Amino acid sequence: MSRGANFILGAAISALLVTAGIVGTFWTPFNPLQLDMVNRLSPPSAAHWLGADEFGRDILSRLMAGASTSLGIAAVTVAIAVSIGTVVGLVAGSLRGRVDRLIMVLTDALLAFPGILLALALIVITGAGRNGIVIALSLAYAPGVIRVVRSAVLSVREKEYIEASRVIGNSELYTMLAHILPNCLAPISVFATSMFGWVILAESALSFLGLGVPPPAPTWGNMLAASQPYFENALWLSLAPGACISLALLGTNLLGDALRDHLDPRMAMA
Amino acid sequence: MTMTEKPLLDIKALRIRVGAVDILKGVDLTLRPGRLAALVGESGSGKTMLARAILKLLPPGVRITGGDITLAGEAIVPASDRKMRTLRGPVAGMVFQEPMVSLNPAMTIGAQLAEALRRHTGLSRDEIRARAIEMLRRVRIADPEGCLTSYPHQFSGGMRQRIMLASVMLLRPKLLIADEPTTALDTLSQREVLDIMVELARDAGTAVLLITHNLGLVARYTSEMTVLRNGVLVEAGATADLIAGAKDPYTRELVAAARRVESLAEPGDMQAGELISADDVAVRYRGRSDTAVSGVSLAIRRGETVALVGGSGSGKTSLGRALIGLAPLERGSVSFQGERLSAETNHIGRTMRLACQMVFQDPYSSLDPRRRIGAIIAEPLRHAEDLSRDQKRERLDEVMRDVGLAGFDLRYPHELSGGQRQRVAIARAIVRHPAFVVADEPVSALDMTIQAQVLALIASLQKRYGFACLFISHDLSAVRQIAHRIVVMDNGKVVEEGPTRRILDAPEHAYTRSLIEAAPGIDPKVGSAPSRQLERSVQ
Repeated sequence: MSRGANFILGAAISALLVTAGIVGTFWTPFNPLQLDMVNRLSPPSAAHWLGADEFGRDILSRLMAGASTSLGIAAVTVAIAVSIGTVVGLVAGSLRGRVDRLIMVLTDALLAFPGILLALALIVITGAGRNGIVIALSLAYAPGVIRVVRSAVLSVREKEYIEASRVIGNSELYTMLAHILPNCLAPISVFATSMFGWVILAESALSFLGLGVPPPAPTWGNMLAASQPYFENALWLSLAPGACISLALLGTNLLGDALRDHLDPRMAMA
Repeated sequence: MTMTEKPLLDIKALRIRVGAVDILKGVDLTLRPGRLAALVGESGSGKTMLARAILKLLPPGVRITGGDITLAGEAIVPASDRKMRTLRGPVAGMVFQEPMVSLNPAMTIGAQLAEALRRHTGLSRDEIRARAIEMLRRVRIADPEGCLTSYPHQFSGGMRQRIMLASVMLLRPKLLIADEPTTALDTLSQREVLDIMVELARDAGTAVLLITHNLGLVARYTSEMTVLRNGVLVEAGATADLIAGAKDPYTRELVAAARRVESLAEPGDMQAGELISADDVAVRYRGRSDTAVSGVSLAIRRGETVALVGGSGSGKTSLGRALIGLAPLERGSVSFQGERLSAETNHIGRTMRLACQMVFQDPYSSLDPRRRIGAIIAEPLRHAEDLSRDQKRERLDEVMRDVGLAGFDLRYPHELSGGQRQRVAIARAIVRHPAFVVADEPVSALDMTIQAQVLALIASLQKRYGFACLFISHDLSAVRQIAHRIVVMDNGKVVEEGPTRRILDAPEHAYTRSLIEAAPGIDPKVGSAPSRQLERSVQ
């Protein structure tokens, strides 16, 4: 697929989901929290396009209402994790020595736990709920970013143009921001977009364990989690949020690739 | 030798295409068994693609669109992959340009040597081992048994290229294709590798196709040559004839560029004051037990060009870097116009930092790929606080005109050729009108004719801006053109220094003499043309 097509498809998918999220904040076809036992587990129909869940709530409405929560949590988490990871990774890779060793020992210690386990431990401190999830997940995913950024910095800083920058008389800080950081953006952007997907899934896992956004407020993750007992006779319950999560992953990954290529002048000609 | 003898390699009207561009436009080439031939051309001439086509090792997207290749009686163009696998190795082997990456870093040398023998012969383990050791001895690896269990990173570039050569020659191929095999090596290792290559080829009766842009090597080692330019065959014939009197103007230009040795440097002002001086400088890198530079004293006058010459590992680059505060001093000091850089502090003062600049060896990695050319060249002016915005703009335009890159402001480095990139690096070094420039092998990565242009550029800029220059190089013809004085280094120490003429024409130290002897001249001295002797023994 050409780069242009990548960008257009990624942008279209992302725009669709973001629009759904924005509209869902103000208006949904049905009240997403309204119980309706008559329509319990009803399959997709003219009235309920995507069917209704185990409490008869309209799934389309819940998806729309959940979009802003799920996408919002993922976006903020990725932003925080990438910011922390980039700053710390840049410092570790640029300063080397004792600072680097200390940072890497801590990072490796954190990476020894699966991200979700770390998030669980952190939620014990931060408490469940929207903010708790964001803080826990961003701290859980930051060590990975630190590793990626640090190794990118280590390879870039050996290039002669970094030395050339020093010879010109530029300070270390300026060299770091003007020459090292821009040349590390490609791996960072790829990592950030794939992390977007992990965070949505992690949020659903936390919700599944009852540590996510508390019910009845919908998120794609807790909808997916709640659909699990009905998997055999009401497949649409899990298909709808699952499809939304997949679409979000596809959209961000396509956008991420386009962004990486756009940021790299060498790709402009290819 | 009769003309009716069947050629080993016969290429007829070969056309190769990448996308919509023809990179070879109908090229012929014949090579008889046991002969040494050269394929000459600059980067982009299509010489590497031609060589790869012989073994059908073309990169994806590169297609043969016409012509025939016959190798040892086999038609190559229609041959299947399976057929090609039986030809690669026993019939034709290839040595690549970059010894640092052409051996697998995760395999021992022994395993890599055994690989080909296991695949193409029915030899037992012990026989394979014995053959590998014998071949390593022949390429003059000191401890062949130990070498078998070592990994590539434990060897220098020249040794790796010899090991590579050993792995190819183990199968005694009929044809050896050597694609710029010594371009990445210094003069001494270059000579050693090629001498060994020619000797092995002669003993095995192997024909050699040497691909190079260096006419000195062509003159020294080959008896036939073919010149390519932009995918078109320019001229072909006996090496000696073409060098003595080529018909084609392009060949003549190549020969002239290789022969050009007249000095471009203005006569130096011997009365000029001392600009920078090193006093008993020693450099040792962290974690290394041996010193890279051990006790060198050196002085450079204003406007003077001093060439620092030596093989790889002689410490010349470390000394150059130490002078401008890029390598840690272990001992000694550097004085520059009242400023002092010493082992105690290892900190370079602001004035000195701004007045001493550097041109790096590799124009591909010394420019930030994300910056535009204008921004790269103008960057040093950030620290020229005395200039207004307009003056900076004016200075940038002036320097870009000086280096012949006017109008390139908005391009990116990847859009430029190697020579153009090196011009950018030079422009960046001089834009702030420095007093001292260290140029670390600034032309060794470039083609011959481009080298000549860049050297002329450095000389003319020096005339115009009057900076002193420390020119680090292993290329003595470049040094002859540009330097007032030569300092020869070996093993971290200065072994000889003096005026350019005196050092090159009447070297006193044995090491200097060996360097000069190893330098490939285009007009070999009588009786020292190994290729002719070798071919006589073949015939």
